[in-house]
Amino acid sequence: MNGLGRALPAVLLLVFAVLGSVLPGWLVFVLTLALAKGLVVLAVVVLMRAGLVSFGHGLFFAGAAYAAGFATRAWEVKEALLLILLGVAVAVALGAVFGLLAARYREIFFAMLSLAFSMVLYGVLIKAYTLTGGSDGLRIPVPTILGVVPQLEQARLAIYYVALAAVAVAVALIRRYSAAPLGYLMQAVRDNEVRVGYLGASVNRAIYLTYVLSAALGGLGGVLVALNVGHIDPNLAYWTTSGEFVFIALLGGTEGVLAPLAGAIVYELFKSYAFKYAPYAWQMMMGGIMLAIILFLPGGLWAPIERALRRTR
Amino acid sequence: MTTIVADGLVFASWLFLVSAGLTLIYGVLRILNIAHGSLYALGAYAGASLVIVYSQREAWPYGTFFLLPLAAVVVGAVTGPVMERGVLRWMYGRDQVLQLLVTFALFLILEDAVKLIWGVSPYYAFQPYTLLGEIHLADVVYPGYSMLLVGVAACAAVGLWLFTSRSRLGRLVVAVIHDPEMSTAMGVNLPRVYVLTFSLGASLAALGGAFTAPMISVVPGIAVEVIVVAFAVVVIGGLGSLEGAVAGALLIGLVRSAAVHLFPALELFAIYLVMAAVLLVRPHGLFARPEARRI
Repeated sequence: MNGLGRALPAVLLLVFAVLGSVLPGWLVFVLTLALAKGLVVLAVVVLMRAGLVSFGHGLFFAGAAYAAGFATRAWEVKEALLLILLGVAVAVALGAVFGLLAARYREIFFAMLSLAFSMVLYGVLIKAYTLTGGSDGLRIPVPTILGVVPQLEQARLAIYYVALAAVAVAVALIRRYSAAPLGYLMQAVRDNEVRVGYLGASVNRAIYLTYVLSAALGGLGGVLVALNVGHIDPNLAYWTTSGEFVFIALLGGTEGVLAPLAGAIVYELFKSYAFKYAPYAWQMMMGGIMLAIILFLPGGLWAPIERALRRTR
Repeated sequence: MTTIVADGLVFASWLFLVSAGLTLIYGVLRILNIAHGSLYALGAYAGASLVIVYSQREAWPYGTFFLLPLAAVVVGAVTGPVMERGVLRWMYGRDQVLQLLVTFALFLILEDAVKLIWGVSPYYAFQPYTLLGEIHLADVVYPGYSMLLVGVAACAAVGLWLFTSRSRLGRLVVAVIHDPEMSTAMGVNLPRVYVLTFSLGASLAALGGAFTAPMISVVPGIAVEVIVVAFAVVVIGGLGSLEGAVAGALLIGLVRSAAVHLFPALELFAIYLVMAAVLLVRPHGLFARPEARRI
């Protein structure tokens, strides 16, 4: 990685911080959504690097969002940072429990098992009507941030900066992880799991730890979406939501930490326009784009940028 | 007790119809087709439209029963070659993850294609359902149409068994399942087997959809529900195994029906509980051979 590549995250952080105060409110809303979903996509990508596709990250996404939702309603916790911590803690707990089972499976079985877990949560959320509001979902009031009560029109902007800070922390965390033995081990697992086993490393343990880390990131994204939208419903746990994350991962590319985030931003912007102009055909466009990327641009949208960065040495 | 078994059998028949094609396609093409649910939806829409058009003509009422399989065959014959030759064939031998995503893309495309062709308002094709009246089974009264569904599923199962064990093409398919490379070396036309298998699998999904159409209101979104259930069935049975699909369907069907009648709260989870329990004991499902690990 050269100088520009190293400085890129800091530069981007600055650009996005400025963008927040310049862009119109609706665009800030979309960007917040994109950043939050980008975190979940990053979570999916971390597992993908070990060759594991999770079609069930909606489990952590929705789990954390609902944890925040219950906390605001039942215990009247309004502090955004507390809600975020709580959501992540719940996601980690879910990951720690389900990971025990999921870490034993690979390939399609891993994908399908994770899908089944998230569908169980979906079922619970739909059925427990008195607690969760069933398919209507729950409303989440505007939170306070570090004890400050933001005005309604500033709340969006405040949540945008919270999301941006969360992304910065997550990016730093995942960079550390990728450079740590565990991160390298996961790449080796993807290349050849049996050899890793023969070299004396516990593959299942490595996958388990990564799974829990991934769950935490997924939960972080879930809380941020809940705070930003101000409403949660069981669809957060539905398998098509998880499929969307996998789709974005592919759209952006699975290398590095910036590709998933870039993918999420492109996706959200594209989706909001496509949905506006072609409500019955936007999924079709998405599918077409996805096919085109798989067939013609295997590295995702970020791959050409990555190559360009490498050339400017 | 009779009710539980009868309900279970009916649900199992439905499960088998929606998942048999999925496992067949996986067995031969090694691709887990997420778009399978969309093929089911296409079958349901095609079947419903044919029945509605036919019923407006005051023709022989029982004719509708022949329209449903016809719709399924048409859907299979159209989508099979288009999807397999047009898209999937570029994916053979590539990362399993990418194959999964390609079918997810196809699912997204078909989802909207259905909306563009048939619109978003529901279709009701209840005529075949009402024609069959009710049947008395020991002490319970049962809709005759449900029994027809059991018959159709049984025919499909027996038909598939005869196809794979007795017909020349079926044996070629089995040979390809066991060893694609050796089969090619022996002169099997692999692309033809692939496209025929995919079309057959698509027809089976559409058959399930077409025969379900008279019992439900056909609306956008029915594809999404089916996929997860079908996955559960074939994962329990063992991916690529037809016996497994039968066993998985029966197991889930009976357990769910028992849950509905005895523990209603468990209804939604019955499927996943069975799946988790089976995978815990047999990680590759009931009927699959564990694959050798490559070093």
